[in-house]
Amino acid sequence: MPRRSRMDTVKIAFRNRKFQFGFGLLMFFVLFALIGPLFTPFAWDGLYYEKVGKIELASYSGRHLPPMSHEEIYTYTGKKVEVLHILGTDIQGKDVYAQLVYGLRTSLWIAVLAAVIGTILGVTIGFVAGYKGGWIDEILMMVVNIMLVIPAIVLLILVAAYLSARSPEIQAIIIGLTGWPWVARAVRSQTLSLKNREFVSLARLAGQSDSKIIFGEIMPNMVSYVFMAGILQFSGAILASATLDFIGLGPTTMVSLGNILQKAIAYNALQFGWWWWFIPPGVIITLIITALFFVNLGMEEVFNPRLRRGGE
Amino acid sequence: MGFKKYLARKTGVYLITFLFAVTLNWLRPRLMPGNPIEAMLSSNLGLAPGEKEVLMKYYSQLYGLDKPLWEQFVNFWVSLFHGNLGYSILYKAPVTDLIKHALPYDVVILLPAIALSWLVGNWLGAIAGKNKRYDRYTMPLFYFLASMPYFWFAMLLVYFVGVRAGWLPYQGAYAPDLIPSFSGDFIASFLKHWILPFLSLFIVMIGSWAIGMRNMIIYELEADYVRYLEALGGSEKLLTKHAYRNAILPQVTGLALQLGLMVAGAIATEIVFNYPGIGILIMNAALSQDYFLLQGAFLMVVISVLAANFIIDLIYAFIDPRVRTSYTEG
Repeated sequence: MPRRSRMDTVKIAFRNRKFQFGFGLLMFFVLFALIGPLFTPFAWDGLYYEKVGKIELASYSGRHLPPMSHEEIYTYTGKKVEVLHILGTDIQGKDVYAQLVYGLRTSLWIAVLAAVIGTILGVTIGFVAGYKGGWIDEILMMVVNIMLVIPAIVLLILVAAYLSARSPEIQAIIIGLTGWPWVARAVRSQTLSLKNREFVSLARLAGQSDSKIIFGEIMPNMVSYVFMAGILQFSGAILASATLDFIGLGPTTMVSLGNILQKAIAYNALQFGWWWWFIPPGVIITLIITALFFVNLGMEEVFNPRLRRGGE
Repeated sequence: MGFKKYLARKTGVYLITFLFAVTLNWLRPRLMPGNPIEAMLSSNLGLAPGEKEVLMKYYSQLYGLDKPLWEQFVNFWVSLFHGNLGYSILYKAPVTDLIKHALPYDVVILLPAIALSWLVGNWLGAIAGKNKRYDRYTMPLFYFLASMPYFWFAMLLVYFVGVRAGWLPYQGAYAPDLIPSFSGDFIASFLKHWILPFLSLFIVMIGSWAIGMRNMIIYELEADYVRYLEALGGSEKLLTKHAYRNAILPQVTGLALQLGLMVAGAIATEIVFNYPGIGILIMNAALSQDYFLLQGAFLMVVISVLAANFIIDLIYAFIDPRVRTSYTEG
């Protein structure tokens, strides 16, 4: 019975226009990140690698080219390769399209990881606070309120600045560790309202154990809520990681969307008018966050019919 | 609950937050791997091994790092209250002075941007909530604006308005050949440089305020009291007025919650415009591992955000009739 109704919810969600739009856009970018590299011969750093024996050697011309320009590259072994720069090259002659695709991968990976960490932490803490109540609630909520007031970005900058080598995973962890208070607060209030419903009281009267009540009665009613909180975490993480990268505290081992923008600013791409270097990464960040907004809106309407406006 | 009690409780909460933030700030370099002094010395090349140890010892003594932890903690607080935030290795100047010079630039950008975007955004959002046809076109735009990273919109402005059209200057806070003073030349140049950074924050912020207001108005217009008023024959203007009054309250709270994000946006935006505020200090400090400056800037940001939150809480107490009556009648 509950399984069927859950499937129904998914069906309703996919009939919602806002959800369709947001989900479609999001999937487009995920797909792009997955298969985008197939359309370019360049590696993640925008260089052309040639296998010579056991090692790979990078070769590039160093020329600065606009989008859709063809170029002939001479490799180390003297071969001539004709390549297409779909989005042109940056100031060092590295392919922008390749950096963009792999940067999108990194950014999505960081955001997913950070969202999972933040959501799990937030749900656990919010749930414990709401369910246990009393002094545990008081203390946990005090911590939550403190974390909410201290601007996360400064915390992120401080932590990131102390780490000289940063992998995408490290960035995801520090973003996740600062993002959870929002989830915790929302989940706590949801738990508080669920805790005193009839079906929970009934389960308690029937002598069910705490864990059975939590996972059997309360959690199924919070799945949608947790999912939506997770989506907000995801978009927050995309923005946070882009901002961090832009300040120059991004992953040192990988290219990311914010990273490309930072380099564009550092090499005065704006003043020279190399729009292909800084417009695409920003468009992608903005559209991903817009897509997530719409997914969330659609889901809100599915779970809360009061919000649906006539005809939509 | 009396107003004094409300005030006392809020003050208490903010004091604890402040203590926590400062303690965190103090604790972090001691918890993180690596030694800032070692990092600082390794940048001075050409030290013989023996010299390095002597210098390490000297700096440890200078910064009081050879004392027990509790003493370091007390010293930290003492110097904090003397306004001593340490010395910036990067700028070769006391951190307090650097922050004192940078802070006004943040205030002149952020304060008007936040206040005006709040007013305009709420106004636009209220119209969208009321008018379905207008809503259909503006809502996607608001969502697009709210999704945009501040610094990227700033880059677009620089490129299209500053570089392509050449209408406005986009680097620094005033022309490089001027010295800050109260002369007409300087003020004119300052204002010209102010427009783009201000706009980049202002326009993006409008989006999220408008969305919040729109949703609140839709929610309120369906509330029972509005339906009742409608049944009594109240004009549409009256209905909206009452809905607006209720919808504006969460937006005041939203102001407090959004502050952190806005500060983050301002930091990145300053980098785009090379605007000499705290953001530039933070970036330079972070990139060259100038820990004193970084910590000082962190403290400054936290104190400002806490103070702003406190003020918003006070304003909220005055405008929310439920809180107001509870202490004027009680």
